Amino acid sequence: MADYQVKNKMTAWQKKYPVWVSTAALVLFLLIWEGICNSGVISTLFLPAPSRILLSLINMIESGEIARSLLASLYRIALGFVLGASIGLAAGLLTGTSALADRIGTPLIQALYPVPKIALLPLFILWLGIGELSKITIIALGVFFPVAMNTYSGVKNVDPLLIKVAVSFNASWWLTLKSVVLPSALPVIFAGFRLAAGTSLLLLVAAEMIAAQEGIGALILHYGDLMITEKLMAGVIVLSLLGLCFHLLLQWLEKYIIPWKN
Amino acid sequence: MKLVIDDITKEFATPKGSTLTVLKNISLTIAEEEFVALVGPSGCGKSTLLNLTAGLLEPTQGNIYFTDIENNIEPKIGIVFQETGLFPWRSVYENIAFGLEANGTSKMKQREQIEHYIEMVGLKGFENSYPHHLSGGMRQRVGIARALVIKPDLLLMDEPFSALDAQTRTIMQEELVALWEKTRLSTLYVTHNIQEAVLLADRIVLLSRRPGKISKVLSITIPRPQRELASNAQTIDEYVRIIWEHISKDARAALLEVDA
Repeated sequence: MADYQVKNKMTAWQKKYPVWVSTAALVLFLLIWEGICNSGVISTLFLPAPSRILLSLINMIESGEIARSLLASLYRIALGFVLGASIGLAAGLLTGTSALADRIGTPLIQALYPVPKIALLPLFILWLGIGELSKITIIALGVFFPVAMNTYSGVKNVDPLLIKVAVSFNASWWLTLKSVVLPSALPVIFAGFRLAAGTSLLLLVAAEMIAAQEGIGALILHYGDLMITEKLMAGVIVLSLLGLCFHLLLQWLEKYIIPWKN
Repeated sequence: MKLVIDDITKEFATPKGSTLTVLKNISLTIAEEEFVALVGPSGCGKSTLLNLTAGLLEPTQGNIYFTDIENNIEPKIGIVFQETGLFPWRSVYENIAFGLEANGTSKMKQREQIEHYIEMVGLKGFENSYPHHLSGGMRQRVGIARALVIKPDLLLMDEPFSALDAQTRTIMQEELVALWEKTRLSTLYVTHNIQEAVLLADRIVLLSRRPGKISKVLSITIPRPQRELASNAQTIDEYVRIIWEHISKDARAALLEVDA
């Protein structure tokens, strides 16, 4: 009689690979790209080699071009995001906690939400001029909606038991909002922030392409017009890194503000 | 000070438009330093009665009030909730502090009182943990400390140990008796566990179901603490048997109910 060794049938589902596999795959991808460009199959006008893009990027950093564009963009997106997120948070808390504000504000928000925000840029330029204010406003507006709507649903989904607990201790309305409703809604609010981060980048670039002298969006459009593909792609890389930094910042902030989740 | 529940009826509107009478003509008094357990099958409205007493629900008919209040000060009610109701974003210490924060106690005084109760319920060393990281038994200790720290005039407990495993539950019951002997608070304790009610209470109020009515009141005369001693086992079993005989029909009906 033979022995029977019990085998783990879950191995296919539980398989894990070390982190360096990601790096190796990326390096391999870049090498293939570089090889294709060097072989001359595709014109470098359409697809410049990664090494050339990197060199352009370094040149642009050294000349201060990137810093100037990035600063202009950061200023707009930071101001627009903070403004839109603050107002959105306030609006979400108000509509979520006050029945009257809910009745008045929620239909309004629902009606305006589907409008593609970029369609309003001409209107904002008309109202606020071609300068920074119209761009910041359009970003703030794009951030406002996801934050307001997520805050609203976060507030509406607070565990009624926890409200009961607060009320049973005779907690005031303000203490209940501050210590129970807001912390409970924070994870959903942060999901709204993350959604808004994507929207804000999109609107930033769109607004800069339509009406700006400086900024990453303007830079990309400019080099597109000149058909300097290397510099165009360097701009795209900067945008990708900007988005990544934004994501990491929010992730860090979430860990810092919501420490009770693990 | 005495709590009087006077002819309470509570009806709920069902989604279909009819009314469901959960409690009907309940009258009950809890004396100073008396531990009353409310026992009944699921769906008898015992949690509803506790919520009404806590002021978290509006009765359809009847009154609940305190008598013999000194200096006209609003009596304080401490509640221990079934699923603990701890705030996940607050540490053990901060959770216990909530009631004191709500009534405006200064931070200095808070510290003194909180530390006293942390010691008393056995949470020393866990002050900075989040509820998430604690076992069920430890979590309910926080719940108990949070209710006691405001020095309530009445303690309400809504199946506080029902989520715990049997062994932890036994330990917590013994701890509760010890705690109660120190504080001697008027207590209304809701449970569906007959054994638990017999171990803890001075008086047991049995509720029948649909509508919930008081069907029997028993005084438990076994001395406390140390009710769990072997010499009392027979008496305890006798109480449990009487109570079970009384409510088993209702409990079976509750089991068969589709939408409890």
